[in-house]
Amino acid sequence: MKRFVLTLLAIINGLRRRRERIGAREEEARREEGPIVPPGPHAPRAELAVALLLFAAALCGAGFIVVYAVGGDWNRTQLQGITLGGAFAFLAIALITVGKHLVSEEEVEDSYHDPEHPSEQERIDKIVEESASGITRKKLLITAGGAAGAAVGLAAITPALTLGPLLDTDELRETPWRRGLRLIGEDGKPLFAGQVEEETFYTAFPEHADRDLIGSPVVVVRLAPEQLRLPPERAKWAPLGIVAFSKVCTHAGCAIALYRKPTFKPTQPRPALVCPCHYSTFDPARGGEVIFGPAGRPLPQLPLVVGGDGILRAGGNFSGQVGPAYGTVRSRRPT
Amino acid sequence: MIRRAVAYLDRGTGASPLLRKTLRYAFPDHWSFLLGEVALYSFIVLVATGIYLTLFFEPSLAKTTYNGVYAPLRGMEMSQAYKSVVDISYERNAGLLFRQTHHWAADVFVAAVILHLIRVFFTGAFRRPRTLIWTIGLLMLFTSLLEGYLGYSMVDDLLSGMGLAIGYAVAMSTPVIGANLALGIWGAPYPGAHAFESRMYIAHVLIFPALIATLLALHLALVVRHHHTQFRTSPRATEKRLLGLPTLPAYAPRSLGLMLAVAALLFLLGGLVQINPIWQWGPYEVSQGTNGAQPDWYLGWLIGALRLVPGFDLTVGDYTLVGNPFWGGALFPLVVLLVLLAVPAAERRITRDGSTHNIADRPRDAPGRTAFGMAFLTWVALIFVAGSADRMYVFLGLSYEGQIWFYRVASLVLPFVAYLVTRRVCHALQEAGRIEADAAAAGAKTSTDPPGRDCNAPDAGTGDVRWGT
Repeated sequence: MKRFVLTLLAIINGLRRRRERIGAREEEARREEGPIVPPGPHAPRAELAVALLLFAAALCGAGFIVVYAVGGDWNRTQLQGITLGGAFAFLAIALITVGKHLVSEEEVEDSYHDPEHPSEQERIDKIVEESASGITRKKLLITAGGAAGAAVGLAAITPALTLGPLLDTDELRETPWRRGLRLIGEDGKPLFAGQVEEETFYTAFPEHADRDLIGSPVVVVRLAPEQLRLPPERAKWAPLGIVAFSKVCTHAGCAIALYRKPTFKPTQPRPALVCPCHYSTFDPARGGEVIFGPAGRPLPQLPLVVGGDGILRAGGNFSGQVGPAYGTVRSRRPT
Repeated sequence: MIRRAVAYLDRGTGASPLLRKTLRYAFPDHWSFLLGEVALYSFIVLVATGIYLTLFFEPSLAKTTYNGVYAPLRGMEMSQAYKSVVDISYERNAGLLFRQTHHWAADVFVAAVILHLIRVFFTGAFRRPRTLIWTIGLLMLFTSLLEGYLGYSMVDDLLSGMGLAIGYAVAMSTPVIGANLALGIWGAPYPGAHAFESRMYIAHVLIFPALIATLLALHLALVVRHHHTQFRTSPRATEKRLLGLPTLPAYAPRSLGLMLAVAALLFLLGGLVQINPIWQWGPYEVSQGTNGAQPDWYLGWLIGALRLVPGFDLTVGDYTLVGNPFWGGALFPLVVLLVLLAVPAAERRITRDGSTHNIADRPRDAPGRTAFGMAFLTWVALIFVAGSADRMYVFLGLSYEGQIWFYRVASLVLPFVAYLVTRRVCHALQEAGRIEADAAAAGAKTSTDPPGRDCNAPDAGTGDVRWGT
């Protein structure tokens, strides 16, 4: 009985759909008897303009090929840009002219449909539910599935550890500076204490070291000894008033490339080292402490000594870790 | 000819009903609807010029000595990557044109996306049923920002090196896992392992473009599914019925024309207006920095945010929980993204209106939303402008510190001002529209009624509702 009713329903449904299809087809046929697109305006001058524009585009395209092919030591980029850009421009104007003046501007109607199908949603829900209806120990299977998913997922991302020293951050503390290492200037020659003048700054590196390490470069400035306000334990770090700091900003790791010597009292009360990226401003006289800007830590200071030969040497490693902040940046010493 | 091509296609795919529908698909017409198209077409130019550039770019940090035609760099040590880009600019025919066009296209692409986003926001086009389109668009925008950053970073010139240093610091500043994250991405402490260059390269030329293209396809498919919104340009345009130009004959030539116009603009810019002259910056060294360096415009808001934050790291005892760059470089963009993602649901909750909307609002129609949008825009824009305070110091002599303090206060206060002013203006415009409509109605009553037009009908275009014309 049930099967009979269902069959009947299916037949009725099929009939209905066929009727609909026939209806749509008839309607279409009726519509296609006449023209679908209303005739465009008669505009011979616009046609001529479009033709001229297309020829101009062709000319520009050919021009690009010529400019590309002709060698020589001259500014080709500009002409290449003008010819290729020009070709596109003429094509663009031609097409827009066609759209605006040569074809019908009839408006068509269409309808917005509500995207939701509540009955379909219900059915999908039912299909999924009923597909699993034979399963009795659902909780067990879900637990097991969760375990499998978690373990296999973890296994899949474990090789990401190969990307870098993900778990071992000790390398971040390393700098090439050691007690006794000479300071080498940008020109590759040792930096003599006597050649360091006030009101300018010098970049130096440890001898024999890779210059591209974040812990390598230091900025060296000379201040009048009476200006210095270093913490007491650093009293001997500044021979002749010469101080050295890591050149890498403790905010975002850019190179400290500006030295502001006081030229205007109210806004520039004292010399300062400034990072050009976000203008963190550090006071060399007070051990690199932050005067202004976003940096959260002072610039690490490098203790200096002057050797018997008059060359500046490191008196040890930096006062703190070099570079931007991370978890243990304050608690561990540089090595 | 056309008949035979269609027959061939139909025999192979059976797609002619779909094709016929597509040819008569209706595009509601308004200039502001073109912003998304401009973005799409810029993306096409990006892909085309990008493919050309990959044929010559060498993603390697191996050191080499420059001996090319650009005299000032001769004899300098530099990476293969940087050298290959100098060579593209100086020694590959049309190389500079394509490189500059690629860079301009990126700048125009992001600009078009953001203007498009602003248009969609203020017209309420993010409402149901288009919420998912909005979400996908936002994900696309933020992926594109990263994509652009990688693109100019992998060149390994001095400017891009500074940008990478900042990116590294932002990664390091992530709470708890920052150091691990940065070491994982860079492969070693900054400036990182050589493999980092390959990682940037594959991300820039394959992973991110594929991601953007996928999101773009979804975005467009959903626009087609739901149709474009429309303004109430005529009484016939309703929530159920849309009016527009069909693909053929009117819309396709215009849209293709727009595509070619975008290409024309980008190639003219690429040929005539210099952008990112990397040979002037020189190769990157950790110890070098340039003053007055500015990133591409679309990262300006992050520079501004990084500069505005007062100098502090969040510490617990000796432990640095949050490094300073996190606030401006990660939290700020994250907040902007999350707020924008939450907009559709928040509006549904506030207005208690979860129904579908196919008629786009005029900004004044939703004073609350428009006022919030203006406040949010003001906030982000002020932080963006703060990124230029150093240039203002150089050009106008305004104290840098003073400007930063101004922006710190202004970015907290002016959004509220913008909110109140905007809401007031919206209400005033609504009022004006009502007065005008009343006057028109009164006029219509005293004169002979125009036949077949009733100004009080719910769908009738009153005087001020003809926004779209």
